[in-house]
Amino acid sequence: MTWLLEPLTYDFFVRALAVTTVSAVVCAVLSCWLVLVGWALMGDAVSHAVLPGVVLAYVLGAPFAIGALVLALLAVALIGGLRDTSRLKEDTAIGIVFTTLFALGLVLVSVVPSQTDLTHILFGNLLGVSAADMLQVLVLAALAVTVLIAKRRDLTLFAFDPTHAFAIGISPRRLSALLLGVLAVTTVMALQAVGVILVVALLIIPGATAYLLTDRFSRMLVIAPVVAGVSAVVGIFVSFYLDASPGGVVVVTMGVVFAAVYLFSPRHGVLARRARRARLEGVPA
Amino acid sequence: MTAPPVPPPAVELRGVEVRYGQIVALRETDLAIARGRVCGLVGMNGAGKTSLLKAVLGLTRPVRGTVLIDGADPALARRAGAIGYVPQAEDVDWDFPLSVRDVVSMGRFTGQGPTRRPSAADRAAVDTALERVGLTDLAGRQIGALSGGQRKRAFVARGIAQSAHVMLLDEPFAGVDRTSQDELTILLRQLAADGATVLVSTHDLASAPALCDEVALVRGTVLRHGSPAEVMRPELLAEAFGVPLAPVTTPADGAPSARPADVTPNAPEEVHP
Repeated sequence: MTWLLEPLTYDFFVRALAVTTVSAVVCAVLSCWLVLVGWALMGDAVSHAVLPGVVLAYVLGAPFAIGALVLALLAVALIGGLRDTSRLKEDTAIGIVFTTLFALGLVLVSVVPSQTDLTHILFGNLLGVSAADMLQVLVLAALAVTVLIAKRRDLTLFAFDPTHAFAIGISPRRLSALLLGVLAVTTVMALQAVGVILVVALLIIPGATAYLLTDRFSRMLVIAPVVAGVSAVVGIFVSFYLDASPGGVVVVTMGVVFAAVYLFSPRHGVLARRARRARLEGVPA
Repeated sequence: MTAPPVPPPAVELRGVEVRYGQIVALRETDLAIARGRVCGLVGMNGAGKTSLLKAVLGLTRPVRGTVLIDGADPALARRAGAIGYVPQAEDVDWDFPLSVRDVVSMGRFTGQGPTRRPSAADRAAVDTALERVGLTDLAGRQIGALSGGQRKRAFVARGIAQSAHVMLLDEPFAGVDRTSQDELTILLRQLAADGATVLVSTHDLASAPALCDEVALVRGTVLRHGSPAEVMRPELLAEAFGVPLAPVTTPADGAPSARPADVTPNAPEEVHP
């Protein structure tokens, strides 16, 4: 048991564990909707596009979350505008906008004198979590989870049937903006733990894993955070003993869990599907 | 035109023009449907039936003309939960992890607080709606695990749970077998008998006489609007579908007892058996 308890005596380890687990759990709740709305690529785009916002916020002395939110909304507006006013398809528009904004962020980081370390933004900075950082993560997490849980039925309605939402006087546009706003806040929250590059994994893998395990959205909202939380704890401990990148190990753990579910899920796993097909065709599985 | 006597039509379009960019989907479209009537929108794919339904819903804004629900702005009707919508089969993600009951419960969102937490009355309304469409035993099934006809009835149940009195159905008979089609027809007739106004788009002529009190032939506008017997005449159908057709025989009074033999237009579209 000491090997489990020993790292917990280090302050930096406890903070890293807390920040990663909280981030992973909150991202997992959001991922349930992102996977069903088909916004996986949008999650990727928003998480990368916040980079210049984070740098500018640093320069102006504003909270990171504000800068990131502004850039996230700008990215979404640019993507929509580009798609609607040209013959380009949405994935092309997303590809152009987020890479350009991300590149702008790289340029800003290199020319603006600041103490923001690029690798910390890109890959997270779990070893240097200050008390203030932890407070920011906890506040953003509480905000995101409160909004998601309070509006969960509306968001599910939006994901399933936006036309019905409109028909009963609930604005799908407003719900879409709400989901994007939460996406931006959540992305900023998770930057500390895993960085810009790997945020998208936390925003997709837990939801996708849960989706392969159940036909009930309410159960997805439990399974996804559990998968993410367990992966985060396991990942942080493993990275401590392997002296490996914590964000990297957490995401690899999630990927392994996903692969197992993809293969062995009783209802939607490939093996179960194959067995069912074999049974239908009268061939022994 | 003089002002209509009270009550106003449940659904009314006056001089409506709908455009998508350069393409005119509907022009100078007039249509008035009284409460408690079932109106079929009949025409080819691409004739503007869906555009007409979307204009009634308010989803597409006409560039010209007005749409009225119960003589008032459709936005009021939407907020009151008066409009129920049954989407085309291909517009629904059938793998979505919701049960039949979950989907029907979404009809109750208008009357609920900001978190849409269902009350006992909401649950009772959902139970009643499920029973009405005969899906009580399948309420726990995932929505995609239903047959084509059952899926349509689940969405109609959502409208019933909502107490919608204007029901819009986009191609409800596509991919639905005969028995289910008959069940759906009976259900929609019952709703109309209870005072709902039902607007159904279809490219299947055979389904119209049994279901509809009135038919609107659609081809870029409403070409003709009247009883099935008046409107579904070969020369008018030929105008709507752009091809000569075998004659459709309907009983003179349009009673839903007899159904003409399978008469489907030889239109360039998928026609189900």
